Amino acid sequence: MLGALIIVFREVIEAGIIVGIVMAVTRGVPGSRLMAGAGVLAGLVGASLVAAFAGALADALGGVGQEMFNAAILALAVCMLAWHNIWMASHGRELAAEARKLGQDVRSGARSLTALAIVVAVAVMREGSEVALFLYGLVASGGTTSNDLLLGSALGLVAGAGVSAVTYFGLVTIPARSLFSTTSALITLLASGLAAQSVNFLQQAGVVSIWSQTAWDTSAILSDTSLLGRVLHTLVGYSDQPSVLQVVVYFVTLATILALSRAFAPRPATRRPEASAAHPN
Amino acid sequence: MNRTLQIVFLGLALSLAGAPGAAFADDATHIQLSIKGHRFDPAEPTAPAGKPLVIEVTNADPTPAEFESKALRVEKVVAGGGAITVRVRPLTPGRYRFFDDYHEATTVGFLVVQ
Repeated sequence: MLGALIIVFREVIEAGIIVGIVMAVTRGVPGSRLMAGAGVLAGLVGASLVAAFAGALADALGGVGQEMFNAAILALAVCMLAWHNIWMASHGRELAAEARKLGQDVRSGARSLTALAIVVAVAVMREGSEVALFLYGLVASGGTTSNDLLLGSALGLVAGAGVSAVTYFGLVTIPARSLFSTTSALITLLASGLAAQSVNFLQQAGVVSIWSQTAWDTSAILSDTSLLGRVLHTLVGYSDQPSVLQVVVYFVTLATILALSRAFAPRPATRRPEASAAHPN
Repeated sequence: MNRTLQIVFLGLALSLAGAPGAAFADDATHIQLSIKGHRFDPAEPTAPAGKPLVIEVTNADPTPAEFESKALRVEKVVAGGGAITVRVRPLTPGRYRFFDDYHEATTVGFLVVQ
């Protein structure tokens, strides 16, 4: 039972952290709970479909369907996170500061919510499909132990939801003033880590073959399959044996998001009349 | 401005998603592995160093497995009764550990590169 619990928990931990972060980021935005719920639900449906068609997916695109699919949905998540962060940099700060209720901004805010709902859906789908396959294996093999294992799996799922809760409540205790910069930093690191994962699948598929040598091996110090390793893997993209290309992509993504956020951010606090006139919004 | 941003990111997402399919190197060394009773057979396949590898994993068990290796940077689901192919970069001599992520306690093997 403990084995099943650990396996399921390990799979859901990443999705759990991401859901927690997204909920903390969107706290107080009208409709955000609904969006997060819809994201989780869509992710679960997607996970079941991916699991059900795992065989067909593996055979697709000349045998690299699984890798290309994973690379594509991770890339989608990276784009959504990056877009959200840059949008927040250009609007969020003033929204939070002035708590304006503008039809235009609420609608744009809803669009940003959609982006985050997609991120939640992708995270749940990726992790969920592996859990679904594992559970299917348990049910298919039957036997007297399978009920015990299913109980363990259920507890693993509950523990994963607990990770969401811990992440969420941990983040919302941060004072509102610094919550914005904290979550922006978290999302930037998260996106960079996902970009590195995406590239890993492209390398695995054989689509990209440059810089495939291992950049470093810290598996003896901190394995990324350990609990702490998993958490850091999600939060900051830690990997114990990354390829050189993964490292490069990680930092390029990081730099790109930071640069674009800065480029689109409004001028700092010294508000001049002509500046607000030039950007009436 | 938002519109432009959206278009840029959608374009990025699509171009990444639509990356061209893999070009298969024909000089690759093929390695056949099977999983049966949650054991790899062979458990210690050998491969030449410095050549790209193609590992074919057949799952004879009815339950799904996830063929995974940190060192080989592979992570791929094998459906019950299914088969997958993974491509591995040219390797330097050494022992590379691989396992079934769902049954790591029993389903472990090493790729011996000479």
